[in-house]
Amino acid sequence: MSTWEPVIGIEVHVELGTASKMFCGCPVVFGDQPNTAVCPTCLGLPGALPVTNGTAIEWLARIGLALHCRIAPFSVFHRKNYFYADVPKNYQISQFDLPVCVDGWLDVTADGEEIRVGIERAHMEEDTGKSLHQGSGGRIHAATSTLLDFNRSGVPLVEIVSRPDLRSAAQARAYAQDLRALVAELGVSDARMEEGSIRFDANVSVRPVSTKELGTKVEIKNMNSFRSLERAIGSEIDRQIGVLEDGGAVIQETRHWDEEVGATKGMRTKEGSSDYRYFTEPDLVPLEMPASTVERIRTDLPELPADRRHRFGQLGLDSHLVNVLSGSDPDLRRVFDEAVALGADPVISANWITGEVTAVFRRAEASKAEVRIRGSDLAELVMMVKQGTLSSSAAKEALSGVMAGEGSPREVAEARDLVQVSDEGLIGAAIDQVLAANAEAIERLRGGEEKVLGFLVGQVMRATGGKADPKLVNALLRQRIT
Amino acid sequence: MPIEIDIAHVARLARLALTPDELDRYRSQLAVILDHAARVQAVDTTGLAPTAHPLGLSNVFRPDEVRPPLDVDEVLSQAPSARDGYFEVPPALEGA
Amino acid sequence: MSLADLTIAEAGKQLRSGQATSVDLLEAVIERASFTEAQLHCYLTIDHEGARKAAESADRELAAGTDRGPLHGIPLALKDNFCTRGMTTTCSSQILAGYVPPYDATVVSRLRSGGAVIVGKTNLDEFAMGSSTENSAFGPTRNPWDPERVPGGSSGGSAAAVAVGSALGGFGSDTGGSIRQPASLCGVVGFKPTYGLVSRYGLVAFASSLDQIGPLARNVGDALTLFEAVAGHDPLDSTSYPGPVPEMRSDLEAGPKGIRVGVVTELSGEGYEPAVSTAMAEMLNRLAADGAELVEVSLPTFELALSCYYLIAPAEASANLARFDGVRYGLRVDGETVEEMMARTRAEGFGPEVIRRILLGTYSLSAGYYDAFYGQANRLRTKLIREIAEVHERVDVLVSPTSPTVAFELGAKTQDPLAMYLSDVCTIPADLAGTPAISVPVGLDHQGLPIGLQVMAPALGEAVMFRMARAVEERAGFTARPAMAGLPT
Repeated sequence: MSTWEPVIGIEVHVELGTASKMFCGCPVVFGDQPNTAVCPTCLGLPGALPVTNGTAIEWLARIGLALHCRIAPFSVFHRKNYFYADVPKNYQISQFDLPVCVDGWLDVTADGEEIRVGIERAHMEEDTGKSLHQGSGGRIHAATSTLLDFNRSGVPLVEIVSRPDLRSAAQARAYAQDLRALVAELGVSDARMEEGSIRFDANVSVRPVSTKELGTKVEIKNMNSFRSLERAIGSEIDRQIGVLEDGGAVIQETRHWDEEVGATKGMRTKEGSSDYRYFTEPDLVPLEMPASTVERIRTDLPELPADRRHRFGQLGLDSHLVNVLSGSDPDLRRVFDEAVALGADPVISANWITGEVTAVFRRAEASKAEVRIRGSDLAELVMMVKQGTLSSSAAKEALSGVMAGEGSPREVAEARDLVQVSDEGLIGAAIDQVLAANAEAIERLRGGEEKVLGFLVGQVMRATGGKADPKLVNALLRQRIT
Repeated sequence: MPIEIDIAHVARLARLALTPDELDRYRSQLAVILDHAARVQAVDTTGLAPTAHPLGLSNVFRPDEVRPPLDVDEVLSQAPSARDGYFEVPPALEGA
Repeated sequence: MSLADLTIAEAGKQLRSGQATSVDLLEAVIERASFTEAQLHCYLTIDHEGARKAAESADRELAAGTDRGPLHGIPLALKDNFCTRGMTTTCSSQILAGYVPPYDATVVSRLRSGGAVIVGKTNLDEFAMGSSTENSAFGPTRNPWDPERVPGGSSGGSAAAVAVGSALGGFGSDTGGSIRQPASLCGVVGFKPTYGLVSRYGLVAFASSLDQIGPLARNVGDALTLFEAVAGHDPLDSTSYPGPVPEMRSDLEAGPKGIRVGVVTELSGEGYEPAVSTAMAEMLNRLAADGAELVEVSLPTFELALSCYYLIAPAEASANLARFDGVRYGLRVDGETVEEMMARTRAEGFGPEVIRRILLGTYSLSAGYYDAFYGQANRLRTKLIREIAEVHERVDVLVSPTSPTVAFELGAKTQDPLAMYLSDVCTIPADLAGTPAISVPVGLDHQGLPIGLQVMAPALGEAVMFRMARAVEERAGFTARPAMAGLPT
């Protein structure tokens, strides 16, 4: 229906959670007293020099490999020159035409549709310090001075640039969420949006549906949650379409998302267009990554979220279950995998994990109680239900016992007297008793009043103290009556 | 070919507040120097990689280990203006 | 003779034989400075108190049997672009006037732990940009051989101090010839090591891919001693050479016999003062007579080295000097906005030569010009490195004058930047190539001004370079001292 197609690319900045900064030994901290994690290098003092954190480079390669990038055998650092008070050297050490990771992709699912988002590059750089604009109401234009804290200066920062493959705000959000989950999974960053350890900027343009040529792109900044990212992009798409439909032209610029107003706002263009004068950082030497190192890092990668979803699908889980299970706590997913490996039915196991196990887990978490469950416990539980040894309600009770540390499902079921009676002799005796006392009911059933069967089953269950396997009771009753 | 120099733009990029007279003087000096330096363009350098390190070093890393930071008072003692543990500067241009 | 006129080796003997103490040596050089400083202005800072403490400590240790090596108790001068904790480090710039670094450069900490006594910080062209030490915000240094003339630069303060005896030895930094050219003009030995052999950590950067720290001394042996004290891998400098420092002493006295000496065609002829050319020719004859094999060699890219340098060095400098912005240290000139504050601070804080090079570097890196200027210069640099490596398959060392001229008069070139730049034409190739080079005094011209000969070697070829330098020194028999030295004791 719409005649406009949005084209969106996302730039992501991820602060790595290394112990020390990118080019010096200062600790990577969050929320400390200002200027207490600084040294000559990250403060840009005269004479200080950078030395590359080897772990950060490995972690960048890990991210690159998880995004199916090619790891460049030779890459270099560049200086990106621009004056800004919280950039201590007034240049940022970054990468330009020879980044570590190039040409990858990430599969994401949005609105039930799987799309492949191209990754143009992922490179290493250093974070800047933080500016606190002082003044009435904390508004920038009313600021009377700016305070600078350089604790964040020099924190390892990975920039991941997607190709303009996204076509809606919802897709952009799905990409951002999946990328965040991936980075968290890799254990290289805590990837917390609210602390700024993962930050998203979007490049948005629109074009007539039938054209291939890209429209003028606008960069959107200041999106502090996935929700605001989706809203900001949606609002910017609408704004651009409005401008174009009014016969205007979109201006290439950077716009800030204003959460309260619910719209993007143009920033005053910086004096003089940006010219970063990139050149090779002469204080550092080139990076060479031999194939053997790349393979070692690749081998050490954990299972990636997309691969895991695919595997869950192949186990017969429907897409809803795949999504819920994928979003479950990693420890619980491990319990699921172990149970399935022991032969438990995957769909039933998944239902247990995403349902009752998660519920107990959450309650325990809230009360800070310790819970435990092993894959073998879940497998045993599923098996006992399948064999009729436990009713589903008894199984829930058994599970809570297991998770409270009372033992295996069988041990708990026995201790708590939860095991179903499946002995035909015992059940038969109870049926005989019930039938003898309910001759009238038998007649009504024979006369076609089916609901009476339920009444009779209930009587038998009561006679067995609720432990008889209801399916078996049902079957035996019918045998005797017909 | 005479070398074209937008000296005001260059001075802005380099954050140097120069007077029009100074800009004129530097432009003519740069023109002389660049005219001499432009001789490098006469050489065919096809196939030559730019020099990264004269001895060709690569892969110099440090272990991910924390070293003690500087004392904040010593750091701020050199600051032209400091407040509450922060460096202090005049406000930025709106939105810049 | 004053203790201030001793070589480091002689002073070391006197310290260990008990003839003199470190405090005596320090007092002698400070006394010398008290006579010469008013006229020469070698020092920006003399650290009377700190130096005295260090000298007393050195004496106590030596008396107690602790000997930290050949620099123990020796008074030295450091160029004021080395960071010294607790001692001002200005780079001769208003933008850093009064700046006190919170840390020591690696070279400084190595010297301190070697027992050296740091007399003070010497004058230089602002941020080491210049060839005459006239570009100092705190006034020029003058040449001890003729105070109407420049000492060369940018390490003019250290060179003049060593020449006149206000230090027994010193250190400078060399980016385009800033150690060797002033050494030549002041009649002392100046050595720029292979790039990476001495840590740059704590040296205020001018052009990172070229900067290298090295010694200034009264003779080749002292230069070697000073170098050994600071050379070697530093994990704080990524460009530092990780291998061992070459062994340089065993062949030091082996003489010129059998050494293949390349005489660089491109570094002769027009623009070279006759006295300079003659002194070099005479020295070559003596070397040949003693068995050196002279080979005329041509390195065509040397003709373009100066152009190449004036594209690469200012480009790197434009970024290296961006950090001087009035935010965290140094000068601040107020402004309404932070942008205005920075631009005013930088325009007022930097002198004209520094501003000129920042503009030049910014221009050659900017969009549209990068490839034709900076990019091309860096590829040409690779060509030069290859050319030098190839010629070293045929010759062991290369020789040339260190400077086309002897010391020139103050003000002679200040109005003509290009003429000033040309005084580095002989020294720049070794900086671009990262190869070692040394200037050794070989004589005086008819005006009594010193002439230096430069010996260059392949990367890490310090052993053969020092051997040749020693051979040159022995044959030159250069014992002259400026008249200002050897003054009252």
